[in-house]
Amino acid sequence: MPDPRESIPASPPALTTDSGKSGISRRGFLKGAGLTAAGTALLDGVQGFTSEARAQSPHGVTEFGPGAIPVRLHVNGAEHTVEIEPRTTLAEALRIHLGMTGTKVVCDRGVCSGCTVWLDKMPVNSCMTLAIDAIGHHVTTIEGLSTEEKIHPLQAAFVKHDAMQCGFCTPGMVMTCAALLERNPHPSEHDVRHAVSGNLCRCGTYPKVFAATLDAAGTLRNA
Amino acid sequence: MNSFSIADCTTVDAALSQLKDDAVVKAGGVDLLDRMKDGIEQPTRLVNIRNVAELRGIRETDQGMTLGPLTTLAEISDYAHIREHYQILADACGHAATPHIRNMATVGGNLLQRVQCWYYRSADFQCFRHGKDLCFAFEGLNQYHAIMEYGTCPSVAPSSAAVALLGLGATVELTSAKRGKRTLGIRELYIVPDANPTKFTVIEPDELITAILVPKPAPGTRSAYQKYGEKESFDWAIADAGVVLEMEGDICKRAVITMGAASPVVRRSAQAEAALAGKPINEETARAAGKLAVEGATPLSMNAYKLDLFPVAVYRTVLLAAGKMNRDPSAAG
Repeated sequence: MPDPRESIPASPPALTTDSGKSGISRRGFLKGAGLTAAGTALLDGVQGFTSEARAQSPHGVTEFGPGAIPVRLHVNGAEHTVEIEPRTTLAEALRIHLGMTGTKVVCDRGVCSGCTVWLDKMPVNSCMTLAIDAIGHHVTTIEGLSTEEKIHPLQAAFVKHDAMQCGFCTPGMVMTCAALLERNPHPSEHDVRHAVSGNLCRCGTYPKVFAATLDAAGTLRNA
Repeated sequence: MNSFSIADCTTVDAALSQLKDDAVVKAGGVDLLDRMKDGIEQPTRLVNIRNVAELRGIRETDQGMTLGPLTTLAEISDYAHIREHYQILADACGHAATPHIRNMATVGGNLLQRVQCWYYRSADFQCFRHGKDLCFAFEGLNQYHAIMEYGTCPSVAPSSAAVALLGLGATVELTSAKRGKRTLGIRELYIVPDANPTKFTVIEPDELITAILVPKPAPGTRSAYQKYGEKESFDWAIADAGVVLEMEGDICKRAVITMGAASPVVRRSAQAEAALAGKPINEETARAAGKLAVEGATPLSMNAYKLDLFPVAVYRTVLLAAGKMNRDPSAAG
């Protein structure tokens, strides 16, 4: 079966454009980023706005938008350049621009945590995070949890305990519980309950999520 | 969400220089993006202060503690010194919203979030707070609204951190490039709707919160915060109570009782405080304080239940602060 991501263009058209004031000019961007002629070569090399460029901005300000500009995102251990507008959320950058549709957008308001990803191993709502605020951070999504060869023990435990029904909350639930296991190898059921207190599951699979997470904690401790 | 340009800043001076032409400040972005996605605000230019390192972090000082306004709610509630000496603040920040939002939301942003009235939050209802001349809540669905001090807008104060910081006597430092710094108490930060319905705080468009100063508690101080909601997590309070007690032996020398979900601006209850000052903290005095906390309340058509809930919230939180009752398992968060 072909990878569905292959059918998604690497750089899709912006969702909407404001013609007339669309986009930042390349010159304006470079000026704002404080890059000189020498810096231009650097930018061509890294292909996008980075935390280094942010740190080097001459007066502590980089201005861009409302049109798209290239930015550098670090996702699942790899560097990606995406052309995004300032209003693009991290969830949109991941799903639409990078084709990583494992992250689900459900409420789009930070209420349900279905869109949970890690920013430097800290679970956050990607729907309420602007993609530009992920620059300079390590983003981990559900696609980055397992490798081709080895399923993450928590995902194996979710399968074993049948910890899902419709599955829509599952990627967020897994990312939340995996983040808990990263910082607490000995969670109690209370700890798991507390960790997922923002993750809504309308099917009501919570008891199995708790069991799967506690089971995976044991597996990881014995690994 | 509407299209906008952004000035991404890394220093306070840079951010202050960008506060012009109706620019809107974005820190954690949680409440601002919510308002923009709901279409009740459509700024064309944001000033991003999220990466201003000097505005983030907790500093212990001889006078107490300085909170950078970009410090997240999770960083505050997890901070050992705060859990030990400022329990009310750890409680309030640790029970707001969800764990993920607490990882993103800043304490400055929490103080400045707009009211959660569902009419105000809907682009379909242009109310008093949007500069029109009517309120939909008085005649409409008002079960989560104010029971006192509301005037023409019965929305309630949404910030848990404000309930704690008011209790602790904290002040907020505001900085403007032109006028320099000024410092205000938490209560003075907010504008009551009757004074100016569309301006929620006294912060001017060219000002930033640059510090939150929390004085060192007097010896013998104990404190706590609890909130009650319809949901165990995520939701804003329908009743909440912040309690700070200065104890001398068994006697409470001074008490501060604060409430958020009772009125449009966070409040202290002088009556409830008077019921505790100079007295021992026990079942009787705590109950009396709870009862007095809603004295003079005038509930709306659907929220008279708050007249029962607030006294319980205050009573139980007074005893929790005094170490005479466990945290209420039915409290939210």
